[in-house]
Amino acid sequence: MSDIKAATLEYTTRLGDDSVVLGHRISEWVSYGPFLEEDIAYGNVALDYIGRARMFYTYAAELANDGRTEDDFAYMRNDREYRNLLLLEMPRGDFAYSQVRQLLADVYYTLLLPELVQSKDATLSAIAAKSIKETKYHLRRSRDWVLRLGDGTEESHKRTQKAVDQLWGYTHEMFDMDETEQMLADNGIGVDVSKLHDAWRQMVSDILTEATLTVPEDSWAVRGGRTGYHTENLGHMLTEMQFVHRSHPGCKW
Amino acid sequence: MNEISLMPEEQYQRLQQRSAADVKELWDLLDMVKDPEVPVLSIWDLGILRDIERIGGQIIVTITPTYSGCPAMDNIRTDVATALNDAGYADVTVNMSLSPAWSSEWMSLEGRKNLRNYGIAPPEDADLDEDGLTPDAHAQCPHCSSRNTRRISEFGSTACKALFQCNDCNEPFDYFKKI
Repeated sequence: MSDIKAATLEYTTRLGDDSVVLGHRISEWVSYGPFLEEDIAYGNVALDYIGRARMFYTYAAELANDGRTEDDFAYMRNDREYRNLLLLEMPRGDFAYSQVRQLLADVYYTLLLPELVQSKDATLSAIAAKSIKETKYHLRRSRDWVLRLGDGTEESHKRTQKAVDQLWGYTHEMFDMDETEQMLADNGIGVDVSKLHDAWRQMVSDILTEATLTVPEDSWAVRGGRTGYHTENLGHMLTEMQFVHRSHPGCKW
Repeated sequence: MNEISLMPEEQYQRLQQRSAADVKELWDLLDMVKDPEVPVLSIWDLGILRDIERIGGQIIVTITPTYSGCPAMDNIRTDVATALNDAGYADVTVNMSLSPAWSSEWMSLEGRKNLRNYGIAPPEDADLDEDGLTPDAHAQCPHCSSRNTRRISEFGSTACKALFQCNDCNEPFDYFKKI
């Protein structure tokens, strides 16, 4: 396998891991939403992310060409083999925490996907084009919720600010580049995410400020997702997510 | 005249493609395959049937998903293969194509009418807001045609729909989102 192809496989797997992990975290709200319509909305957003993961993993399996399928990527790898961003694996927390995390991710994808559409890799470009339209709806919803909760009651403001403070240190990793991603960016296949940081910070800060929330200082940062060093939370999440598949290997229905 | 039929460019291209196809009978045959979630729409009406080719004895059908996570796609894939198998075509391949991304503009005029009669407001029955997204009011009620309606939720019973309620007849209804 050529260097570029191996790097594209790694990159596609990372994007798939991000999508499946966030999709699963969102899906944990199904049947626990604050009211029925919100519950359904969460289910819809989870489905978009899991669908996106399927597209990335299907392409990863095609690139790997070693007999693995999308299911092997999702269900048969351990936490150390997952390459998702740490932000996305954090437990769902309370409703404010989940919505703040969603906002941070939605703004990220709002900036990332239009760049990925430009990819010279036709499949990555097609997946990005497919996902952009959905992301507009996701961002509108998470933005509305953060405004409503931040600029809401004393209690909702307190919880939302706490979520922002707790999550902020996990956002820096989203804009890191390593050798693999740099090579793909240089070849017009991947996105140079380091160039998105300023725009992301501006958009997020505007929304937080409008929601009467304080933008945290950059006093700490945690990294490791892209090299497989995760928080303890991912292992527990995968245990639940992978349990049925691993208990019935090869089962078809 | 209460309806001037304005056909979007995408629609016109699709009709041209269908009428110029050398396997017209297969396009007609696949009209029987419906969206399992919205059974008044065929896969042609919905715009997810993209192409049909015959290479020797092999039939290759290309479909595209409406939304990334649309759970109906696996069913549709099976239904397409079954319909062709039952008609005597044994060698059938159904491919999934992601590009170009599906657009609600591809929905047929017939499909839009059927959707409205079924109780779901088609995409053009609401004026989009400034962000090009579903507005928070005034989608036309498919039951009583009132524009005095409000959005209940951006995300409806399936990924492709939003939920509205009519302030005049009080009926809730689905709106098929424009994307």
